[in-house]
Amino acid sequence: MKRWHVGLWECAAAVVLLSNLPAGQLSAQDTSAIDRGVRIGIVYKPGVRPGMVLLPRTGMGLDSVRAIVARDLDYSDRFEIITMPGGDSIRLATPSPSRTPTGNARRSTAGGNRSASGGGGGQSSLNYPLYQALGADFALDITAASDTTVATLHDIAAAGIRRVVKAQLPPASSPAFRLAVHRLADQVVQAALGTAGIAATRILFVKDGKVYQIDQDGAGEKLVSSTDRQAMSPAWSQDGEHFSYMEFQAGKGWLYVQDMATGKRTPVPTTGTALDFTPAFSPDGQTLAFSRATEEGTDVYTINLKNNCCLRRLTVGRFSDNLSPTFSPDGQRIAFVSTRPGLPQIYVMAADGTDQQLFAPFDYGVTGASNAPEWSPDGQSVAFHRDVAGTLQVFVLDVRTRTVRQLTSVGRNEDPTWAPDSRHLAFTSDRSGYRQLWIIDLDTGRIRPLLQQSGARLASWSPRLSEAPTSTPSLER
Amino acid sequence: MKSVSLLLVLGLGAAVISAASCGGKPAPAPVTPNADSAAAAEKARQDSAAAAAADAARRAREDSERVARQRAADSLAALSRTSDEVKTTLATMIHFDFDKSNIRSEDAATLDQKVAILQANTDLKIRIGGHCDERGSDEYNLALGNRRAQAAKQYLVSHGIDAGRIETQSWGEEKPLVQGHDESAWSQNRRDEFEITSGGDNLRRP
Repeated sequence: MKRWHVGLWECAAAVVLLSNLPAGQLSAQDTSAIDRGVRIGIVYKPGVRPGMVLLPRTGMGLDSVRAIVARDLDYSDRFEIITMPGGDSIRLATPSPSRTPTGNARRSTAGGNRSASGGGGGQSSLNYPLYQALGADFALDITAASDTTVATLHDIAAAGIRRVVKAQLPPASSPAFRLAVHRLADQVVQAALGTAGIAATRILFVKDGKVYQIDQDGAGEKLVSSTDRQAMSPAWSQDGEHFSYMEFQAGKGWLYVQDMATGKRTPVPTTGTALDFTPAFSPDGQTLAFSRATEEGTDVYTINLKNNCCLRRLTVGRFSDNLSPTFSPDGQRIAFVSTRPGLPQIYVMAADGTDQQLFAPFDYGVTGASNAPEWSPDGQSVAFHRDVAGTLQVFVLDVRTRTVRQLTSVGRNEDPTWAPDSRHLAFTSDRSGYRQLWIIDLDTGRIRPLLQQSGARLASWSPRLSEAPTSTPSLER
Repeated sequence: MKSVSLLLVLGLGAAVISAASCGGKPAPAPVTPNADSAAAAEKARQDSAAAAAADAARRAREDSERVARQRAADSLAALSRTSDEVKTTLATMIHFDFDKSNIRSEDAATLDQKVAILQANTDLKIRIGGHCDERGSDEYNLALGNRRAQAAKQYLVSHGIDAGRIETQSWGEEKPLVQGHDESAWSQNRRDEFEITSGGDNLRRP
């Protein structure tokens, strides 16, 4: 407790030091349509992200838990993660560009008045004025008591404990360990902001013709497809318990539904006699929509997975191709790609195939081909990629206004997939010189690589893979 | 079985040895002055002439057999050369513009040759595989590859080939012919490949 009692000037000096570190973040951003100022820390707007400090603890066997939670909170892009001055500062597991504690400007006056006297407030064991001076809105303390890991979230402004989250984590060697820690991080986000996090999610992708899964923080990569045949286009079911994907087999395209827990896979009826690809689950998981290429071209079909019946053809292209279906989260509509205007563009129809119309506007003869739509989980947007000057860029369509904005501009960027918070997208990009997966936060424009290896593509982001939360009742003052 | 073949080999060996001794020079007649010996010499001379005649006849027969064999072989080789030529012509790829599936005018002649071959070889069945370059979208390219295969099939069918003889496949951008990230590689990868599925032995020239 005492060792955190640092004077204001020392503290302010550390903040200045941190501010002087190079702001490398900016160059990595695709800022074409995104608020430019947020991560720089100079152009500061009220209402941006609250400061979060993870209290240092050492020698408690919690290093991996703390590192994972710290990274999850950082990757949520919902906090300014504040690095403590001094030797015990948090070290994130991945090297990230310097981050300036922008809260300083906002908090300095309050801190100046209070923290000169130093001591923490009354019954609380935390030096709240100090953390307030650092720009923190929240402080997170992770401790372990026997088999229970306790995450205590302090509300700095209220100078009290906001929530205590307890979790019985499996041993670090257990395959369930990382997901359990991610869930803990999500509960912290929930406790702090009242919104669900995305830490307990995974991403499926294709590499070397096989399907892999990986945690959203880039750890825990694991092969999930089981054959040597070329696999493509994995897609999650909304319950997170299954995924569907396509496999080339003797020149045909088979679709499979695989159980995540058991690895058991089932061929989708009627597929494999033609070239069937790009499967997409309906939100209720009962219907699978997909593309089927035949002599007549490619069209969108649906099949009832529950009863293994009722193949329906939703589009009749004849002279155009229709493919890459994606359901709206209410299950009422399907966005898809159609070449009816010549080049492929984004269209929408009712889930029964009626009322087909253009969805993402384009200029005839000017706008490039548009492909790979995915409807956001909140229903408000459809992400897709579009050919801009001979390379592909990720765009987002606003469903209500039917306007599009370009998200990326560096390198080739394609096949976007939404995180369950509808503000992060994973996509394939060659911006680092080779094709791999990246994640962008639409709110801040921050971009990070998911992998450090070449050849990953066709990502699909899972829904939240959560069990029932085990949060204790809040202990707010 | 083994002993039979061994005998056969021995017999052949003996035949070769005797043929060598016969084919060398006539057996030398003993030079003796008496009548018996003259008669014997005459007989030997007659025998030798008969042997020579038989030998010549056999040699002629062997020659003609060899020539016939050679002719057959030559004609088989010619046939096979023809068949290979036809196969090469049949396998000639056609190419496409970026994100297009229409047959280029210069490729129409290539397809016309395939029409002629398919007409001359009525048992022949083929498969057309449509391929794309890496520039387009991965999944869309499956549809585009399908279009490209269908475009070639439509061309052949519209020129009188039975649709049942032509299968189509799309490989999207998944099987590039040339590795590389420039237009030279891309233009070679935007292609239809043609392969024989049945009836491809001894193809006739149209």
